[in-house]
Amino acid sequence: MPEPIRRLESKTVVLPIDNIDTDQIIPARFLTVTTRQGLGPRLFADWRYDAEGRPRPEFALNRPQAAGAQVLVAGHNFGCGSSREHAPWALADAGFKAVVATSFADIFRGNALKNGLLPVQVDQKTHGKLLAAPGALVVIDVEAQTIALGSHSAPFPLAPFARYCLLQGVDELQFLLSQEPAIAAYEARHAGEV
Amino acid sequence: MSAKPLTLFEKLWDAHIVKPATAETPATLYVDLHLVHEVTSPQAFSVLRERGCKVRRPERTKATMDHAIPTLPSNGGGPFAAVTAEALAQIGELERNCREFGIELYPPGHERQGIVHVIAPELGLSRPGMTIVCGDSHTSTHGALGALAFGIGTSQVAHVLASQCLLLERPKTLAIDVGGRVPAGVTAKDLVLGLIARLGTGCGTGHAAEFRGEAIRALSMEERMTVCNMAVEMGARAGMVAPDEATYQYLAGRPFSPKGAAWDAALARWRKLPSDEGAVFDREESFDAGSLAPMISYGTSPGMAIPIDHAVPDPGSDASLQKALGYMGLVPGERLLGRAIDVVFIGSCTNSRISDLRLAARVFAGRRVPSSLKVLVVPGSRQVKRQAEAEGLDRIFREAGAEWRDPGCSMCLAMNGDRLEPGQYAVATSNRNFEGRQGSGGRTFLASPATAAAAAVSGRITDPRELL
Repeated sequence: MPEPIRRLESKTVVLPIDNIDTDQIIPARFLTVTTRQGLGPRLFADWRYDAEGRPRPEFALNRPQAAGAQVLVAGHNFGCGSSREHAPWALADAGFKAVVATSFADIFRGNALKNGLLPVQVDQKTHGKLLAAPGALVVIDVEAQTIALGSHSAPFPLAPFARYCLLQGVDELQFLLSQEPAIAAYEARHAGEV
Repeated sequence: MSAKPLTLFEKLWDAHIVKPATAETPATLYVDLHLVHEVTSPQAFSVLRERGCKVRRPERTKATMDHAIPTLPSNGGGPFAAVTAEALAQIGELERNCREFGIELYPPGHERQGIVHVIAPELGLSRPGMTIVCGDSHTSTHGALGALAFGIGTSQVAHVLASQCLLLERPKTLAIDVGGRVPAGVTAKDLVLGLIARLGTGCGTGHAAEFRGEAIRALSMEERMTVCNMAVEMGARAGMVAPDEATYQYLAGRPFSPKGAAWDAALARWRKLPSDEGAVFDREESFDAGSLAPMISYGTSPGMAIPIDHAVPDPGSDASLQKALGYMGLVPGERLLGRAIDVVFIGSCTNSRISDLRLAARVFAGRRVPSSLKVLVVPGSRQVKRQAEAEGLDRIFREAGAEWRDPGCSMCLAMNGDRLEPGQYAVATSNRNFEGRQGSGGRTFLASPATAAAAAVSGRITDPRELL
């Protein structure tokens, strides 16, 4: 069950690339795991490490100032490609609590929310300010649905139920299972259809 | 008073609502068919165990192994002789989970095994009017049959296993009208690559896309699957084609298709599914198929694709495109035709069906693969493999110097040991040219089976129209 998340204050790490796909976030060769934990060290593996497994010093996440950052700022269509939930698992395991982009792929957005990882979709202007200030401190308020950078504040969209789940740490499966009578009634109505 | 005209998507959505959305909560939608594979399911079954849940509808759940299994014929070493210890453990988990929760499983060696998006249509499991989900983004493939089909994450796999339902925000509707006719020598793969190049990888985000128009109607069912398969590469939540006579003909007599009176009843229902005259979509796009040429990708996103005889575009100040060209080792203005390659991969849920293999075989017939080249032909399913062998296609591939493999996802995502070496170039019939997708440092040109076959027999990127 995800922990409730109301407010987040962190410096950013910036990856100004569009269409960052889930194969970059977590390459397929690491998907043979059977648990959710422990993928953090594999996050962005092919960008972070060279062929011998040594960290590439020029990669944003490897710079000393990235240590402890909980907010990743990236380009548009973040999380496109494969539906692997290993992507938000890896981001969360590496300490990230939010990703900021101008747009997110649908499946990634849903997967992130189910793991308490905030997809923060911002306008171009706000995005430009964040890109121009890597490592800047941002404040994300889930209740108010705003992200603030210094005196600049911008809203971000969040479906009411997603917001409620984040704020309360709601377990969606339990919520679904509580609908048992409606599910049984649906099945009875459709019995015999193929 | 006549009812409001509805789109195909709206009819399917409305018919599967268990509980409508409210101002505070999303809709609860019923899932007719849940497809499961080894890679995205173990953590979902763990949730069921932790909660003491059963699988609510095991008979609506089917499992196969495709992503991480070897495609080299086992040669007596057993089906898993070439699997890593971790992959073997994952495969073992799926076997155990299916046994414990009563789910039918098609493992390697089984007559029904294959890539999940190849076997469900060919078995008649995927049918018009259904909601179909799988922990795999290319579930959009099944929309070709007039189903609402989409990929889900592992948390949602657990939701469907336990409740047969999903909590969903309703996507918007997008009509993609494809007019004209695809020219000779141009395939459904070229069509969808052309669409993505034109409309962009984010054009479908938040939308369920319906492909319609003269060019779509003229496509075979397998070609429609290729188009819907890659709907997710334009960001669409689902890709769909309204069912028609081609759909019904395709489904008639398949193992899980309804029979007798049940078939007649289903057919009557299916005929009501196409979007009504005057139905309104949230957005409409149009595209002319008549001007298409064979397409090939040049970058690291499926939208970075050009007609095969065009030059690599100038990225200007676009940092992502500059990065892509740097990764691919290409320079602006360069032509791809004639460029030497190292590997050809014919397979994947996009292009591994019998019609894809027949098309590739036409190009291979009587020609030889240069000895410097590695060529993999990986059928999408055991049934496709059998059919191809019955037609002698395997002989054509092998005599040309290609490897004829067992069914699986193989080098599409390089989980199973079939992979590119760093720096290698491949022409692939799969769906993603992402950095490292086919192996760390590997570089992918996406294309049709005809273009891939033309590259295989010439060792270079070649216009397939010269060889067909």
